[in-house]
Amino acid sequence: MPSTVTLTLNGESRAFNAPVGGALSVQGLLVLLELDMRKVAVELNEEIVPRSRYTETCLASGDSLEIVHFIGGG
Amino acid sequence: MDGAVAGEDTWTVAGRTFRSRLIVGTGRYKDLEETAAAIEASGAEIVTVAVRRVNLSDPKAPMLQDYVDPKKITYLPNTAGCFTAREAVRTLRLAREAGGWNLVKLEVLGPAPLLYPDMPGTFEAAKELIADGFEVMVYCADDPLAAVRLQEMGCVAIMPLGAPIGSGLGLQNPAMLSMIMENVTVPFVVDAGVGTASDATIAMELGCDAVLLNSAIAHAKNPVLMAKAMKHAVQAGRLAHLAGRMPRRLGADPSSPLSGLIR
Repeated sequence: MPSTVTLTLNGESRAFNAPVGGALSVQGLLVLLELDMRKVAVELNEEIVPRSRYTETCLASGDSLEIVHFIGGG
Repeated sequence: MDGAVAGEDTWTVAGRTFRSRLIVGTGRYKDLEETAAAIEASGAEIVTVAVRRVNLSDPKAPMLQDYVDPKKITYLPNTAGCFTAREAVRTLRLAREAGGWNLVKLEVLGPAPLLYPDMPGTFEAAKELIADGFEVMVYCADDPLAAVRLQEMGCVAIMPLGAPIGSGLGLQNPAMLSMIMENVTVPFVVDAGVGTASDATIAMELGCDAVLLNSAIAHAKNPVLMAKAMKHAVQAGRLAHLAGRMPRRLGADPSSPLSGLIR
């Protein structure tokens, strides 16, 4: 049985399966979400996660993430 | 300044040099196709963009970058919708990570319906952002003391409003803008209030380095045509400023010679 990680993503609670024998990383999460990593930015518990640290930054239940991108604005 | 005639009139903000003096927003368009067409027609080299949550239920939805290439057009992330310094700083840190650049537009707003610049919040955010290495173009009140103070703090452009955001009222404060400009040495940009082409021309005639607008184009009946009008309006105003207007006089001064009249 894979372990489950429950995260708050953009204000909503979502559960994900952690990879077998390891932890879910920011990189792994973005792949699961099918997001283009070059076009988004991630904040974990109100701290920026630099793109260079996506693979090494592991997520645990209770973590809160904001995933943002650029949209039209004045 | 002679360069203007030869088409070499440029302006520089934070070490980046631009030919177009029109900065346009990318919000409130019908769709991304119209956004791209309007930006193209405007000739703008800088566009403001907002930072928002990704719609996680539709990750493959088209994104702004697919229509407006950040390699060709400078993205200027803004903090529209931020009502506190903390929100603004968080937003721009995310923007820096998403885009990879430090040049940003700071706006900390007061409540609707005016969305007037919250200057204490703006000062607080500017201080933190500058300390964190950002190059801050700052939306502000038309306050001469605030403008100088923001410049002294290290803001790279001073951008007072001409009228409330999205009001389209035109410049309500041309005299005050001129007076503020006297003491500002970094780029001076009128941001907000422009409603139609002549408003942009007036801003440029006053001597502003550039004009920033969004709704005047996006809410026009034909946004792409208005974008083109704005391009020409800014150029006309700039040229008129460089040319130097004639003095105003109370009374007529005939244009044709008075000698040689038939009798």
